[in-house]
Amino acid sequence: MALLEIENLVVEFATASGPFRAVDGISLSVNEGEVLAIVGESGSGKSVSMLAVMGLLPWTAKVTADRMAFRGRDLMKLSSPDRRKIIGKDIAMIFQEPIASLNPCFTVGFQIEEVLREHLGLDGKARRRRAIELLKAVGIPDPEERLGAFPHQMSGGQCQRVMIAIAIACNPKLLIADEPTTALDVTIQKQILDLLMRLQTEHGMGMIMITHNMGVVAETADRVVVQYRGRKMEEADVLSLFEAPKHAYTKALLSALPENAVGDRLPTMPDFATLEASQDLGTLR
Amino acid sequence: MNRIILETRNIVRDYHIGGSLFRKPKTVHAVKGVSLKVEEGKTLAIVGESGCGKSTLARMITMIDPPTAGELLIEGEKVDIAHQKLAPELRRKVQIVFQNPYGSLNPRQKIGDVLMEPLIINTDIPAGERRERAMQMLTKVGLDEKHFNRYPHMFSGGQRQRIAIARALMLNPKLLVLDEPVSALDLSVQAQVLNLLADLQDEFGLTYVFISHDLSVVRYIADDVMVMYFGEAVEYGSRDEVFSSPKHDYTKTLFAATPRADVESIRARLARKAA
Repeated sequence: MALLEIENLVVEFATASGPFRAVDGISLSVNEGEVLAIVGESGSGKSVSMLAVMGLLPWTAKVTADRMAFRGRDLMKLSSPDRRKIIGKDIAMIFQEPIASLNPCFTVGFQIEEVLREHLGLDGKARRRRAIELLKAVGIPDPEERLGAFPHQMSGGQCQRVMIAIAIACNPKLLIADEPTTALDVTIQKQILDLLMRLQTEHGMGMIMITHNMGVVAETADRVVVQYRGRKMEEADVLSLFEAPKHAYTKALLSALPENAVGDRLPTMPDFATLEASQDLGTLR
Repeated sequence: MNRIILETRNIVRDYHIGGSLFRKPKTVHAVKGVSLKVEEGKTLAIVGESGCGKSTLARMITMIDPPTAGELLIEGEKVDIAHQKLAPELRRKVQIVFQNPYGSLNPRQKIGDVLMEPLIINTDIPAGERRERAMQMLTKVGLDEKHFNRYPHMFSGGQRQRIAIARALMLNPKLLVLDEPVSALDLSVQAQVLNLLADLQDEFGLTYVFISHDLSVVRYIADDVMVMYFGEAVEYGSRDEVFSSPKHDYTKTLFAATPRADVESIRARLARKAA
């Protein structure tokens, strides 16, 4: 059974110059234990569609969808309190900027225990035990001591590990990672990706990996959705996407990788206007 | 052999972190004796993770910060900004482009003024000619003359990086230091900016010092590669040498950590997963 099913998701923002459509009819599904990558450039609506699933968009956003179901329950029809019981517990999210997404005023231990108190109602001792266990699981040395550390006392990679610890605290069924390694060094990126993939297999989580890095896609995903300007361009399993991309946009995206350079100039994206004129971007599923 | 544009000999930079009543002063050795040579028209890429001293090195090469010890030579001429004032001629020879095009342009300054400012400070070219040169530069970096009177917020990230490159080129520098110029950009825009840099290098015979942490970009653009680790140059050689037979452990780790987007490695991963 599909873990998360989205059909025809549309997100519009009310702006001074009229509504702006950031996500334009996206449909996708994630199965249990599957890693789905959503790839696209900035402004392709990849983060916005996942924030819509989490219900984290500001009030200016208008979210409509034919269906947005998590394990068969339609998220759109749930009341806010009911939805909050799912968000953060069964669906968890990791954000791009680890240092900015932790609260600088509280210790990391407090921030991990907050989730455990809110969703699992554990008592103080059990929370502390579980928090130490979580920090150990994400590979932070001296977890007992680090519980009392503030985010600014940790490096970017360590903060991201804490974010992951918070996200997996309640054993979520679905983990959404929004550019989890973009702000990190390559060597740290490798460690964080390895950690995420290990946790994913251990817990059998479904995972959505939002990224613009084709290398990250190649290293993590089972299936890939390519987005451009709020629309889905192509969906394929990871091997066939890299082996034989069908859509012109995907081809252009792959050929812009410096490692695929032929000669001394990179092929650039064809002018988007001509690309859009040459084929109907909307109809491809 | 071509002319050497840039040379450093055992260049060192220490930062002193001030002590207080309760804390002893500390010295951070950001760059620990780096020697390099760059020939005219070539590109040296400097690779390393955050905090390895690559930006500090860039600041010394650009003559923003004086080195603590060691020598910096620009076109064979010794430069010592710690003890003597920097001549405008020298300042003109080296320019820098920063990483974040959103942070490096003044939001209250029109693009035309951004481009003309280096001329006002460093030369005595009359206003009419300044304007003309700025217009020419706009078209050279792939923008339009109509952009002259616009503000930075009206441009996309890639366009802003073009403006930052245009500003750096206004003084006809010999050497351009590029501090992670494409890491904030999307893939397609990154390709455009890299192509622009290659075009400009051909046209003006520019020399680049290209700082990056993205090995695929480095492999594409560099002639020589230097890998820095904790302030030291652990690997330095031609691109092919470094990429085909990395010697230092850190370089090997770096190569192993870089995600690979080719079909064979995806196959291998899927096979591992199925097993």
